[in-house]
Amino acid sequence: MGQGYRFPLIGRRGFIAGAAALGALPASRGALGALAQDAGDTVFTTAFPQKGRMILQRTRPPLLETPFEVFDQGVFTPNDRFFVRWHWAGIPEQVDVATFTLKVHGHVDRPLTLGLGELLAMPRLEYAAVNQCSGNSRSLFTPRVAGAQWRHGAMGNARWVGVPLKAVLDRAGVKAGAVAIRARGLDEPVVPDAPAFGKSLAIDHARDGEVMIAFQMNGEQLPLLNGFPLRLVVPGWYSTYWVKMLCDIEVLATADDQYWTKTAYRIPDTPHASVTPGETGYAQVPINRMVPRSFITNLEDGARVAAGKPLALRGLAFGGDQGVAAVEVSADGGATWRGAHLGRDEGRYSFRQWHLTAPGPAAGPVRLMVRCTNTAGETQPLEANWNPNGFMRNVVETTTLTAA
Amino acid sequence: MTRAWILLAIATASLAPASLATPALAAPKSSTVTGPGGITLRSVTVDLPQSDREFPGADAAAINNNCLTCHSAGMVLRQPPFPREKWAEIVNKMIQTYKAPIDAGDVPAIVDYLAKR
Repeated sequence: MGQGYRFPLIGRRGFIAGAAALGALPASRGALGALAQDAGDTVFTTAFPQKGRMILQRTRPPLLETPFEVFDQGVFTPNDRFFVRWHWAGIPEQVDVATFTLKVHGHVDRPLTLGLGELLAMPRLEYAAVNQCSGNSRSLFTPRVAGAQWRHGAMGNARWVGVPLKAVLDRAGVKAGAVAIRARGLDEPVVPDAPAFGKSLAIDHARDGEVMIAFQMNGEQLPLLNGFPLRLVVPGWYSTYWVKMLCDIEVLATADDQYWTKTAYRIPDTPHASVTPGETGYAQVPINRMVPRSFITNLEDGARVAAGKPLALRGLAFGGDQGVAAVEVSADGGATWRGAHLGRDEGRYSFRQWHLTAPGPAAGPVRLMVRCTNTAGETQPLEANWNPNGFMRNVVETTTLTAA
Repeated sequence: MTRAWILLAIATASLAPASLATPALAAPKSSTVTGPGGITLRSVTVDLPQSDREFPGADAAAINNNCLTCHSAGMVLRQPPFPREKWAEIVNKMIQTYKAPIDAGDVPAIVDYLAKR
């Protein structure tokens, strides 16, 4: 592994708390009441370094969700509000840029150990791209599924600057017969023999010239919790591939047989990765490209609006692994659709803002649906998908308002 | 109590080499690397918050003693209700796949706790 970082002694307080709990606790409240009460609450936190107010899904390892109102503030998600998701609690609390290194090894002619100065001196690449967790919006799956209970805030859009992964691989000289690269970060499991997090990409994908080793996010170095100092950016693909604190790239001559690629983060090989609850025996593939999504951002579910007055709507859309071709809004359950105006095009992989002034609604409940069609002609479905891991939601979302 | 201290010892032992290899005292806060175009990266030191939160209830001893090693309680407490078999599957995955050092004898009490909702 690289140098220039230190790990905390992890979980001390967790252990102490665990030990303390062995003593008698008041039996005034059973598990039933406590769990049920916690389930519906949104807890906010400002306790995390380089982060503003976030929704706390878990303290350790951190799962921090972007509050939805942030998405109404612009097409780029501020670094201090960008969502955070770690698999293991062994996260370095210190990174020294002078000694940090990225290793490139495996099926290559010239194994490399690159310092940050060397990477900064290489030709650069810059683009905007959405980073979205595979399980974004998981809490909306019906029936409910286990995992981080995100609403829509496990996504964000940033302008990334870095070097093409291809340039680094070319410098190492990928040997004939290479089939994939596996990326690893500085994070470590906290128990012996557990599978360290790592993800692989097919060699042709890794060398497509777009996959990036990023060192800047929205014009600044990355927050530590978003992967400082280096993060793999795989535009158009789910965040699980965007390895944080990237320190090790191994070129593989055989398919990746490690847990995180072979077993985890897999989806049904069916349309919309959808199956029937309880269904078994279907083929699975690693999760891969993202699919189109869109949201109304200026009105949240349950908002009250004036009846009979034109309704200004605003939101975000993204095309998945393609650009946004159209955004449409329906106020009649999807029977008719009205095209929205698209904001400035920040690139194929970026969020795109949209706006529309809808006719004044009649008094009563108003159900507004928004859908995105990407430049490949793929449109969001009207029916929600379902799979046991709660991955890849992209149903047309509905915002319910009351006009009075 | 004994169980917790054994786990603490295991965790400390397994992490000590990494901690010792790069002394925290080095704290090179002023260290920077600058590239063309004026892009500068600065060393970072942070303190990540820990969680003191425990699973509540008189029947939470087993889950508190085993499960806080790898993760804090919050995400578990935010899960929707699942049948006992689903919780058993999840706890089993923690042990088999993620190598959670959970006493086999504590598993029923953990699953019971999670399923009782």
